[in-house]
This record gives sequence, structure tokens and C-alpha cells, in this order.
Amino acid sequence: MQVPAPFDYARATSVAEALELLERHGEEARLVAGGHSLLPMMKLRLARPDWVVDINDVAELRHITEEPGRLRVGALTRHAELLGSEVVGRLFPIVHDAERVIADPVVRNRGTIGGSLAQADPAEDLTTVCDVLRAEVVIAGRDGERVVAMPEFHRGPYETACAQDEIVTEVRFPVRAGQGSAYEKVERRVGDWAVAAAGAALVLDDGGAITEAAVGLTALGLEGLAVEAAAVLVGQRPDEALFAEAARLAAAASAPVEDGRGPVDYKRHLADELTRRVLRTAAARAGALTAVQGG
Amino acid sequence: MTAVQERSPMPQEREANPAMDAPDRPIGYGRVQRKEDPRFVRGKGRYLDDIVLPGMLHGAILRSPMAHARIVSIDTTEALAHPKVHAVVTGKDLEGLNLAWAPTLSADVQAVLATDKVRFQGQEVAFVVAEDRYSARDALELIDVEYEDLPPVVDVRRALDADAPVIRDDLEGRTDNHIFDWEAGDAAETEVVFARADVVVSEEVVYPRVHPAPMETCGAIADYEPVEGRLTLYETSQAPHAHRTLFAMVAGIPEHKIRVVSPDIGGGFGNKVGIYPGYILAVVGSIVTGKPVKWVEDRSENLMSTSFARDYIMRGEVAATREGKILAVRTKVLADHGAFNATAQPTKYPAGFFSIFTGSYDLQAAHCSVTGVYTNKAPGGVAYACSFRVTEAVYLVERMVDVLAAELGMDPAELRLRNFIKPEQFPYKNKTGWEYDSGDYEPALRMAMEQIGYDELRREQAEKRGRGELMGIGVSFFTETVGAGPRKHMDIVGLGMADGAEVRVHPTGKAVVRLSVQTQGQGHETTFAQILAEELGIPPEDVDVVHGDTDQTPFGLGTYGSRSTPVSGGAVALAARKVKDKARLIAAAMLETRPEDLEWEKGRWSVKGDPSAGKTMAEIALGAHGTVELPEGVDGNLDAEVTYDPPNLTFPFGAYICVVDVDPGTGKVHVRRFVAVDDCGTRINPMIVEGQIHGGLADGVGMALMEFIGFDEQGNCLGGSFMDYLIPTAMEVPDWETGYTVTPSPHHPIGAKGIGESATVGSPPAVVNAVVDALAPFGIRHMDMPCTPARVWEAMQGRPTPPI
Ligand SMILES: Cc1cc2nc3c(=O)[nH]c(=O)nc-3n(C[C@H](O)[C@H](O)[C@H](O)COP(=O)(O)OP(=O)(O)OC[C@H]3O[C@@H](n4cnc5c(N)ncnc54)[C@H](O)[C@@H]3O)c2cc1C
Repeated sequence: MQVPAPFDYARATSVAEALELLERHGEEARLVAGGHSLLPMMKLRLARPDWVVDINDVAELRHITEEPGRLRVGALTRHAELLGSEVVGRLFPIVHDAERVIADPVVRNRGTIGGSLAQADPAEDLTTVCDVLRAEVVIAGRDGERVVAMPEFHRGPYETACAQDEIVTEVRFPVRAGQGSAYEKVERRVGDWAVAAAGAALVLDDGGAITEAAVGLTALGLEGLAVEAAAVLVGQRPDEALFAEAARLAAAASAPVEDGRGPVDYKRHLADELTRRVLRTAAARAGALTAVQGG
Repeated sequence: MTAVQERSPMPQEREANPAMDAPDRPIGYGRVQRKEDPRFVRGKGRYLDDIVLPGMLHGAILRSPMAHARIVSIDTTEALAHPKVHAVVTGKDLEGLNLAWAPTLSADVQAVLATDKVRFQGQEVAFVVAEDRYSARDALELIDVEYEDLPPVVDVRRALDADAPVIRDDLEGRTDNHIFDWEAGDAAETEVVFARADVVVSEEVVYPRVHPAPMETCGAIADYEPVEGRLTLYETSQAPHAHRTLFAMVAGIPEHKIRVVSPDIGGGFGNKVGIYPGYILAVVGSIVTGKPVKWVEDRSENLMSTSFARDYIMRGEVAATREGKILAVRTKVLADHGAFNATAQPTKYPAGFFSIFTGSYDLQAAHCSVTGVYTNKAPGGVAYACSFRVTEAVYLVERMVDVLAAELGMDPAELRLRNFIKPEQFPYKNKTGWEYDSGDYEPALRMAMEQIGYDELRREQAEKRGRGELMGIGVSFFTETVGAGPRKHMDIVGLGMADGAEVRVHPTGKAVVRLSVQTQGQGHETTFAQILAEELGIPPEDVDVVHGDTDQTPFGLGTYGSRSTPVSGGAVALAARKVKDKARLIAAAMLETRPEDLEWEKGRWSVKGDPSAGKTMAEIALGAHGTVELPEGVDGNLDAEVTYDPPNLTFPFGAYICVVDVDPGTGKVHVRRFVAVDDCGTRINPMIVEGQIHGGLADGVGMALMEFIGFDEQGNCLGGSFMDYLIPTAMEVPDWETGYTVTPSPHHPIGAKGIGESATVGSPPAVVNAVVDALAPFGIRHMDMPCTPARVWEAMQGRPTPPI
């Protein structure tokens, strides 16, 4: 059995209490949510917090709330809850696409959206999803709350705008009429982290032209959105040639590294292939199936 | 041999043989639920880590972070100062006890704790004994080891280079990394056939390093009692008796004072055959502290340091006529045995039974040569349900037959049908010295083809190819060689590979059978009860099966190589027949008649011509232990004991067909269907047989598509966790479709051949052949496992690369 280095444990029941505990126990205190990123690292002794502050009893962090123009998701919402949510699937099918291929049911029953974004693993799926949906993250600290957009929140692998003594409390997704979104991932086996993945969201106007576009990549060395790829889409009508051009640009923007999951050229090829696939699905979901030429 | 060519339509079969709780449950063979399952499904199994002894301490092993390095110094002061630590043991301490090195199962030695150098990443360097497992692990961090880096030998192809670092400088006079050269067949004769053949195909085929990865990792609890000098050793062992004998030889504790207990085992697959340093260290820990010591490895330790499997680089060649008659097969193999030669196999077979690579085909000549070498990797070699390297052999020949089919432009199933050994040729002597006991191959392959709808699938494939879709159909036909084995040819470290069984019928007619083999999940408690039940005509639930405790069971070599039913099954049947014969004498005395005048109907001896006059086994048992006046020379019990020395191995076979779809955009392989027709001779419990097949098929899909223990240039193990070493889940495997034929073994007491490893042996080539078939439009004839999305995509780009 792998066992972590010695640590102490405290359990919070409110955001205020969790913040207080983080402050009291100092720099080597860590929040634990689902624990599916933190605990494996602790067992391998790669993470060695002195204190673990458990937020699983903080009920105010666990909700999915639909409001006019936006969907608010509490940071402690489990992967399984996102996957089970009808409203999430209806407004943002990309989230269901991604959730279906995040880990396995055991992990999804515990892992949370807040933990995922805070962990910021380079192969983590929800960061790309939130990027593409232009979500905002609410961070609570001693001095109150602040709301940051994804580009500001996600600073790179394992690095976010949330400081050690702060808590991600909520993720806010803007709802756009006429939006279609999709996510696709290649994994070596179910439950594996992504070899590569891509996500896209398109907004079509009544005439079927693309008015907004976002393309993101996972595990492909691209931080933030593939802006050039999105730029060629806007103002155009969806078709295969357009998607191929956007996919080419997304692949050009990727900077994958070789590892056990594959060589660089394969991963760059996947950036292209998967971008095309998610654009097709996103456009179809936006109601433009018939408008796609040669798709 | 006559093959019973029935399909196995499972639902009907279920109807014919309902589960045990049905009123017409079978007495003997048939589909009955497993006797051991109630305790497993209720969480009442008792595995090693469930055992807690009073005052027990916990051990943990410090392992080498480096693949090859000299140990400059080890400082244990701080670890010893840890308040909960009772002992810290290093290689130096063991040298004092003459225990720093232990013999392996292959005439080599292996370091228990490294003294001079570390030779693979994960090698055992020091052992801490502490009050709890947490403190033991904490204390590992307090041990300070200074290493001096040495260049590692990672690439097996360079292991024999003149300038390769010498790994085993502990062995006197060693100047290279060569372990052995071994060959089988006739090289000259084979060369003659190759020279005049119309067609010769050649391919390098790699079976990469994989790991058995049982659900339960390895562990031991040693309890040394110093006053009487007795050692009780609980171990995750597939071979408790062999371990006891070896412990007696290594540790110098007399054999009669050692008791080895192998409790419920959570999977073995060969991983639990060898004796690992951790087991020995638990014993040392117990002797040093005077308390019981438990050591259980974690997942990474299991994957990084215990017996791996395969790791063969095979250059295969096939000679054939234009018309598709296979004439000869030959191969040269480079075998990576890691840092110590610790493979578990019969002494005379350093490459196991690899020489069965002639497969199921009637050949004019065959030859193989195998060279074993040391590298800076974990030792082991024969493991993962491989039937002593039959897996490598079958993979080679079945891959090569497909390469030949591609060269000839012939259907691979048709090519196999043309070359099978014919039923009338059995017993068949192959060109490398094996005598196949029985077989009838064509009906099995035809059944598989019919069941999967082979011709229809080929039509579908042609249509899909026209549209650019990638679909593949893979055929594999294997002949296994299991049930090792005849004592005069086969031993492991000098212990003949025979196995014992003891049968006792209690006065009330219930029985106990004691076995030398050890289940790891195969259902021995049911299968062996059924064998006895069939012979004695009593219900299987009236038979208790005892195994896994050397104090309670007869001597034998244990369970691996699909040998339990072929060897111990034979012993049980013969012991039961002794009991039956004795019961006849006693029944005759009870019925006041002559034994010759009695006839046997299942469970009862009765007077010929007067069936109403008879005695059941229960009545006879009571008579035997009661007051009946026994005939001369008959003693008052119904017990018997047999040690079975098999006259030959058994040769199960099967026909497997796999259908895959490959995503042309991502290289991802989806296994759509898999039909497995197996022939294991007599089928004792068809449900257990199918369970063994299902498990082995999943193994095969795993190896073909994802399992791989790789290393980087420094010799770091890249497969040391389940995030990196992938094993398949229910999502990667299809609903298995099984069928069977029955061709009993002519030399086995009940005609049973063994089934434990057939599917692991036979399925990898079916899957890989299907993937390669799907990639045919890209001009691909071969790609090596694992067929991960990236590797398949690379093959599609025209660069299939070996994994090592
Ligand atoms: C086998 C396995 C496979 C997986 N596969 C995938 C996959 O394919 N794709 C994928 O995206 N993920 C995958 N994961 C990760 C999984 O989704 C994790 O659950 C997730 O990354 C982290 O969420 P958590 O709630 O478990 O976080 P925890 O492990 O509890 O915490 C992770 C980090 O975030 C911090 N944290 C947690 N909550 C907050 C908060 N509210 N505010 C601030 N900081 C916080 C913690 O302090 C810690 O540093 C996998 C995990 C496992 C074990």
C-alpha cells in the first residue's frame, strides 16, 4: 500500500471556515475536494501538505443553478453530477461530451469541477471546456470574492490565479442563443488521460453564419484558445473546407510533446483531426446540419 | 480421436445443467456454481493482507531509484532512531547471515538486498521493520544511500556488444551479459528445406515486456517461533510446497519446521511462482525482532520489481510452396531476462516450451535458437499465463502464417486449413521433439468461422475498404502444451513436476480431497470436488477441497502452466478410483458376496443381476469405519493417496477469430467481436472453463492493444503504475462468443487437458492479425504490439516501429 507522508486533517463546513483554516495552518495547508488528484500525489509523496482541509461538507459549494443568461456551477459539483444534469447537457453538450470521457465512474463520483480547474493538469479536460465556453471563475479569499475570466484564471500547467489561501467557489457559464458545442478526446483506454482532445463552441445567426467561435485543445501544449483557428470561422458559413482550414490553424498553434501516449506528429495530426470533428458536431448542434457543405 | 462437434449454445446448456441449487443438479461434471464464490462475493475471502497476528510488525523495502549504480554507502542511523522502527536490515547484515544472495529458479543467484551494486530500478536495497506500515514507509525516507552512477544496459539488442557494461560482475569470470544459448530442431535439415522452397517470408516479431499485474500484489507474513525453531510463513504463493523446500534450502531452517500457508490468492498468472526478496526479508525481520512481520508490496513495487513476462525479439521465417503448403519454420530469438536469470521453468528448458512454435501445422522441418541476455531491468521472465513461453511461440507462428498468407495472396483461414496436422496423424511427433497427444483441428476452425460468419465478414470488409473504412478480421489457431510434466524430463530446481492428492471419505460419506496445487481464482474448490464427485458418485457439495497449507496437503509443485487439472486432476481421479476399488471390497463384505459379483452404478456398488441389493458410498463409508468384518488386507478407512507423474504433456487447442474496426483518423482500435472455440478435452465445469477463457481473452486484448512495460534510456521503468501500465476494462472488450469441441487426452485419467492459459496464449495473435488485416490497404504486413492509437497511426504512415 502506498501511504502518504504524515499530515494533519481538518474539515470545514463553510467557505468562511475553510478560508480561516487555510490561514491558520499556513502555507503547507491544502484543500481537498474529490481528492482524486491530490491523494494520488500524496500517496506517491509528490505532494506533502502538512494540513489537509476537507471541503466536502461545504454544502454551499455544491449546486447547479440556472439563471437568465448564465449557468452557475458550484466548485464542489462532482463530475457525475455534471454528467447527470439535464440542464448542463441541454445548454452545453460539450460538458457532457467531456464528462463521459473523464476518468471512470469511480473517479467521476468524487472528482469536482473546482478541483479539476484548480489542479490545472495539462491533460485535464474541463479547463479546455471552460475556455471554449468563455466561463468565469469565482475565487473567494480573505478580502472577499473576485471573478476572473478563464484566460486570467488558467496560467499554465499546474498554475492558476487561485492562491494557496483562496478557494474556487463557482464557475459561471454564459448562455448564448444559437450556440452548439462539442468535445472529443482520444484516449488509449477508457479512464486514461487524454492523448489529445479538442473542444469547440460555435454561435450561428439565423442565417446560418458563424458569429462567434472558440476552439481549444487539451494535452497539446496550447494554453488558452486557438485564436487564429477561431478567427477564420467567424463571419463564414460552416463547411468542410472552412473546418479544415480552422483545424490546420489549430494544429499549427499546438505544441505537443512526445511521451508514452504518442509522438509529436501524431498529436499534431490529432489536433487537426479532432478540431475538424468537434467543429462538425458543434455546427450540427447549433442547428446548422443542413448548412454544412460536404460534411 | 473423435471430436464431439457441438456448438455451445449457452442458454440451452444452462437448461440442461442448471445451477447447483436446482433439484436435478449434476453429480460430477457439469455447470455448477462455484463453491468458493459465496465467501468471495460476500467479502469473506481471506487474503494475505486480511491476516493480522498478535504483535505483528510491518516491513517496507527501500528500492533503488537507479537502474545501474554502485552502492558507495548506506547510512541507517536516522531510520533506526525513528521511535517506531524496530529494525533496519541492509545487504551487509544479510551477508553476515549468508543470505544476501538467494538461488533463483534458473540456476542463477539474485540479490535479496543489494550489497555491491544495484542492477535494476526498483531493486531491493534495505528493509525496515516498524510498528505500523506507515512508520515503516516514513523510515525509508530516513535511510541515506550514496550511489555512484554506472551506465545501464537498456537496449537488449546492444547487451552483447563488446563494450556493453558487464551487469553481473558478481559472478566469477563474467566478461559479458550472455546467459545462455539454446536450440531445438534440426538446423541443417531446416536449411535444406528453406533453400529449395518457392516462397520464404521473414519478419521481426517482438513480444514486448508485459506484466501479470494480479489484483492482489505479492506479500508475506513470517512468524518465527525461536524456542522450537518453527517458521510459519503466510505467502501469496502459487506453489507453497516448492517454496517450503526452497526456504529450507536457503534459510537453513529444517523443512519439517516450516509451514507455508497460501491463503486466498487474488490472482497469480505466474506472478506468484517465484520467491521474492520480500518474502525472505519478512522471515529475516521476524527472526531479528522475534515478532511476526508482514510485508505487502504496493502496486508500483509489483509492476516494477516482480516477475515480468515475455520480452522476446523473434526473427521468424517461414518456407512454403506457391500453393500454400507450409514446409518449415525457423526463428532466432533474443530474450531479455533482466538483471538476474530468475525465470521459473523446468530445468532443461531455459526458453520454456518455446519450441512448440511449430504450431498446429504438419511441417517438414523446424529450428529455433534462443539467446538469453542480462539487462538492467527487473528479473523474471516466465509469467502471465504463458504456459512456459507457449504464448511467445504461438504469437510468432500465428503472426508469421498471416505474413505468408499476405505474400501468397491467400485467405489466412484457408491457409491454416490446408496445413493442419490431420486427425489420423495423432499422436503427432513434431520436428522439435514434442508428441502432441490428440487433436482434431479442422472442425474447431470451421466452427469458429461459421459462428462468426466468416465469409459474410469478408464481404463486408471488401465493401468497407471501397469506402475507405478500416475493418480487420484476425484468425489464430493455437496448440498449447501444458500439464508439466513427466518427472524424467521435467523438474524445477531438482523437484520433479509430479503432484499429489489425498482423498478421505468420512464415516458419513462426506469426503475431503487434499491438493498440492493452489488456486488463485481458478475455482479449484469446485473443479476438484467435481472430479471426485464424478468418480465416487457423491454430490460435489459433499466434498471439501483443502489446499494452500503445507501442513495439511501432500507435496507437489503448485499451480502454473495450466497444470492443476492435467496433473493434480489426474491424481484426484486415480485416488478416487483406489477408494472406489476399496469400497467394492468392503461392499462385498457387507453384502456377503464376492467383489467380482458387484457392478458400479454412479455412487453405489450393487449385485449383478439384483440391483436392489447394493451399498451406497455413504453406507460403505460407515461400514469401513464401523464394525463390519473387513476382508483380509483391507484396513478400516476409505482413504487413498496418489502422486501423479504424467506420462506426457497435454495439448489443448483452439480457433480464435477477432473482428476490429480502426478509426482511420485517430488510429484507435475497437474490438467488435471475438469468437473463441476451445478444445480442452473433457470439460469438468463448462462455466469455469468459460470463465478461464473470458479472462484470458481479456488478457490477450490487453497485451495486443495496450499493455507494455517500457524503459527510458536511463533504465527508468515507464510502466510502474496503472496510469502507465494499462490493462483493459469491460469497455475495451466485446461480449465473448465461445464454442467448443471435445478431443480428450488419450493418456490422461479423465481425458482433461487444462484450460487456464489457452485464451491468453491464443488471443494476442488473433487481435494483432485483425489490426494488421485492417491496415492492409496501407501495405502493412506486420506491426508489433501494443497496437495503441499512436502506434497504429504510425503504421498507417508507413512506419510501423518495434516497441523496443
Ligand atoms: C484514474 C484517474 C483518471 C483521471 N482521468 C482524468 C481525465 O481523463 N480527465 C480529467 O480531466 N481528469 C481526470 N482525472 C482527474 C479527476 O478529474 C480529478 O478528480 C480532478 O482533476 C481533481 O478534482 P478533485 O475534486 O478530485 O480535486 P482534489 O484532488 O481534491 O484537489 C486537486 C487540487 O485542487 C485543489 N482544490 C480542490 N478544490 C479546490 C477549490 N474549490 N478551490 C481551490 N483549490 C481547490 C486542491 O487543493 C488540490 O491542489 C483522473 C483522476 C484519476 C484518479
